[in-house]
Amino acid sequence: MSREYETVIGLEVHVELATKTKIFCGCSTQFGGEVNSHTCPVCTGMPGSLPVLNKQVVEYAIAVGLATNCDITRHGKFDRKNYFYPDNPQNYQISQLYLPICRNGYVEIETEKGGKKKVGIHEIHMEEDAGKLIHDEWGEVSLVDYNRSGVPLIEIVSEPDMRSAEEVIAYLEKLRMFIQYLGASDCKLQEGSMRADVNLSVRPVGSDKFGTRTEMKNLNSFTAITHAIENERERQIDIIEAGGSVIQETRRFDDNKGESYAMRSKEDAQDYRYFPDPDLIPLDVSQEWIDKIKSEQPEFRPEKMERYKEEYGIPEYDIGIITDNKRMADIFEAATAICGQPKKVSNWLMVETLRLLKEKNMDAVDIRYSPEHLAALIDLVEKKVINSSVAKEVFEKMFDDDTDPVKYVEEKGLKQETDSGAIKAICEQVIADNPQSVADYKAGKEKAIGFLVGQTMKAAKGKADPGTVNALLKELLS
Amino acid sequence: MANVISDETIEYVGILSKLKLDDAQKEQAKKDLEEMLDYIDQLGELDTDGVEPMSHVHPVSNRFREDVVTNGDEREKILKNAPEERDGAFVVPRTFD
Ligand SMILES: [Zn+2]
Repeated sequence: MSREYETVIGLEVHVELATKTKIFCGCSTQFGGEVNSHTCPVCTGMPGSLPVLNKQVVEYAIAVGLATNCDITRHGKFDRKNYFYPDNPQNYQISQLYLPICRNGYVEIETEKGGKKKVGIHEIHMEEDAGKLIHDEWGEVSLVDYNRSGVPLIEIVSEPDMRSAEEVIAYLEKLRMFIQYLGASDCKLQEGSMRADVNLSVRPVGSDKFGTRTEMKNLNSFTAITHAIENERERQIDIIEAGGSVIQETRRFDDNKGESYAMRSKEDAQDYRYFPDPDLIPLDVSQEWIDKIKSEQPEFRPEKMERYKEEYGIPEYDIGIITDNKRMADIFEAATAICGQPKKVSNWLMVETLRLLKEKNMDAVDIRYSPEHLAALIDLVEKKVINSSVAKEVFEKMFDDDTDPVKYVEEKGLKQETDSGAIKAICEQVIADNPQSVADYKAGKEKAIGFLVGQTMKAAKGKADPGTVNALLKELLS
Repeated sequence: MANVISDETIEYVGILSKLKLDDAQKEQAKKDLEEMLDYIDQLGELDTDGVEPMSHVHPVSNRFREDVVTNGDEREKILKNAPEERDGAFVVPRTFD
């Protein structure tokens, strides 16, 4: 008879900040540059080069700390974490060990049972990312690209307060919401701008001692995280049930195989010999600075959802989806402010936008069209300049490259035929061409009118208002 | 007070520094490190109760850069610092995780 086990999980989350430049030099952080095109003596660790701290990095870190109820460290500094690896040209990473910028915070999550739970945040510190090793499949060598070297990161270290994969996901979603709303990062797990390392141990239910934990890396989706947690829990329980003991180690999870394996431990133990970085000036964070950053905090999702309910009268389900991503919420609010039609705006977001995002495998943060253009499109439909099927076609174009819908409709000649004489002529032609349907309709088959409307729309190349056509046909056939 | 560096410690320091030391070099390094530690031990004679650990020698703080790109693409120059270059990348000995 096996005992019941409790899973104890703590997370280390690395988030790549959305600054324009690196943490200690004026090199661009833009993705997709040629290999080593965003490098300088500082971020390639050349002797004699001196790092200077990017102010925006500190402001983002403080903003995230305030959103997660942390104490902000008033006097801080940076430390060197020493290790040899070719992706790290200085042979040390500049990080914060002794005086991290934020400490003692928490994030409140909703649990499966519908309750609320606080997940403690031990600390948030600022540090620099490493370069990227490109392995040559056949060659004798490895190649290094230092474009990512020196890109600013914050590492958010939680307390071991989570007890299930569901709680871990809820915590990550909450973190991601805060950070995205702050504009501090796009937090894309797949692309590595948010990375989670999972520390996990198990212990018999009722025990207050922690078991030996392992750390799992390489988890780049919520599904991978869930699989890795379930898999590691089982693995550790099996070891304990068989009378063995769990070894403290770092494991890499392979989501394709659905299993983790111990990473070959580098021959040195983890001995980073941290010491204060003498090249960087200490940091003094004044109360005024903290207050200023606090006053600039955006309205976060829970408050936003409450306000939407009162202000816009759209379904709660829609509110949930629209506020899930700040880009969506921003478009919603801005477009509604222009056209005054919250339901129509919501509808474009909920139906066509979600459909295209899914189809193109895109994230909501990547929506390109402007709220002005969405409002203009809604206006075109409202004024019956175009009908709803043409509007969909215009929207697809807008979704791709933020085309101005008014210009596009004009240029492509997509305006509805408003000349009632011309539409009437088409209707008469369709009636003449389809005696069978006309007979059916007259015999009481209401559905036959639909076919005739369709034929008329086709003949008008879609540029007629289906409602008007319907009414005209009925009038002609009565 | 004389510090003694053990064989294990010098072995370990060698691994951490990625240095291959022969026996004679190990003995020399042990002796040097022992002397350095003895020297630093002298600091222990001072009473530092209530003194904040110093993180920097200059009485300044908050030197920042604005978040503005100031560096252009200088990879030709930067790559001249590489021991070897291929396809715009630094070439290093084959390395695995
Ligand atoms: Zn640089």
